[in-house]
Amino acid sequence: MIRVENLYKSFDGKTVLSDVSADFYSGKVNQIIGQSGSGKTVLMKSIIGLFQVDSGSILYDGRNLTDMKMRDIKLLRREVGMLFQGSALFDSLTVLQNVMFPLEMFSTMTKKEMEERAKFCLSRVNIQPVTYNLMPSEISGGMQKRVAIARAITLNPRYLFCDEPNSGLDPVTSLVIDKLIEEITEEYDITTIVNTHDMNSIMETGAHIILIEKGVKAWDGSKDDIFTSDNVSLNNFVFASDLFKLVKDSVNCKR
Amino acid sequence: MIVKAFNQIGRYSLLMRRTFTRPDNWRQFFKQLPKEMVKLGTNSIGIVVIISIFTGVIMTVQTIQNTENPLLPRYSTGLVLRDTFLLEFASTIMCLLLAGKVGSFIASEIGSMRVSEQIDAMEIMGVNSANYLILPKIVALVFFMPILVTFSIACGLIGGAGVSYFTDLITVSDFLYGIQYAYIPFYLWYSIIKSLFFGFIIASVSSFYGYYAYGGALDVGQASTHAVVNSCVLLLLSNILLTDIMLL
Repeated sequence: MIRVENLYKSFDGKTVLSDVSADFYSGKVNQIIGQSGSGKTVLMKSIIGLFQVDSGSILYDGRNLTDMKMRDIKLLRREVGMLFQGSALFDSLTVLQNVMFPLEMFSTMTKKEMEERAKFCLSRVNIQPVTYNLMPSEISGGMQKRVAIARAITLNPRYLFCDEPNSGLDPVTSLVIDKLIEEITEEYDITTIVNTHDMNSIMETGAHIILIEKGVKAWDGSKDDIFTSDNVSLNNFVFASDLFKLVKDSVNCKR
Repeated sequence: MIVKAFNQIGRYSLLMRRTFTRPDNWRQFFKQLPKEMVKLGTNSIGIVVIISIFTGVIMTVQTIQNTENPLLPRYSTGLVLRDTFLLEFASTIMCLLLAGKVGSFIASEIGSMRVSEQIDAMEIMGVNSANYLILPKIVALVFFMPILVTFSIACGLIGGAGVSYFTDLITVSDFLYGIQYAYIPFYLWYSIIKSLFFGFIIASVSSFYGYYAYGGALDVGQASTHAVVNSCVLLLLSNILLTDIMLL
């Protein structure tokens, strides 16, 4: 579990996050939602430690990231996997080498064992052996995301961060990625935090959702609470489109 | 502007402190090193050879045509060519040219890794990205620069010798006598020592600008330009300093 307490972050005097407190549970897909520029990515990068926060604490199962020395942060990061918005696969390495990279850096496995582990992770995300020796630029965006997930889970992380995993993907591929993240989270009991503004994602996998608006936590709950909540910020964000207004009306009629 | 300069120096120093630490994995470091030597060193041999030969040819022709004074010995052409290549051309001018080729390559490679979040991905994994990406480049270039400089000197002299062999402007014996006349072996060492410093400047400054690039493709291009310009300026400033220390 990751707990964030009273987090503040500003850039050049401009406050981006203000007094954000939240819990992110293990074995669940925790989502940070909000409009573009609301501070989602800053919150996520602050939780990971890529941004140094102004004040507040970030507890990884009781271990406070903000009090840690660089050496301890490096050790903690070996328990962390991350899926970036643009996949962030290494251009100069093949698909298999990308997945083997964390193992080569930090494990004491033999090359054969590393290859077996990497191939297992790739098969877990449904990547076919024929693509193992291709370069990232030679595979589709959806496949790149799946390879990035495989790379993120090679070291059996306890915490998984996904920054807009569906950006640039078609609805079908988005669903595949969402389901994959959900399955992996439940299978390995990982604390997963997904940063998204994709409504399909929210409705499919949002076991625990936090809405950020203008750098402040505006709402939290589950996907089932969305239809019954009268939170103005949530309703403005979720039911912005006519389609979702209709969905809400039909759900409420059935109830 | 002064504050900005100090800020940049501070950031550069911090980056170098992160770069010169023990690699997370020595095996990976020694795997990266030969790759960098090929990318930065071996791939630069061609341009060094071409530029040095042609410069050697042109300098020889120009020196002959502009020193028609009968009081000057005929072998002076070889002497001028040798000392120019040994003292300045092979080390300083060639390194300035390499700052353009290698420096922009390093800055754009690291810069595009930065903007595509590949460096962030490394950091998340717990990898010291500065050490992993920059240290092999610095070591490779510092190792390879003296080799490129030696190549340059040899090719420049070969170019000059070619002029003496294929034209009637100067005899081969006069040219060969000139390049051996009053030879000071320390000049070669001076050139090699300078190239070590220049290799470090090019690799570290270019890496610095690439590492702190942000934004998109345009910003990577800008980082690359800054890397080349600032490497060249620092190279020229350090050239004065090194010349003062070693020759004066």
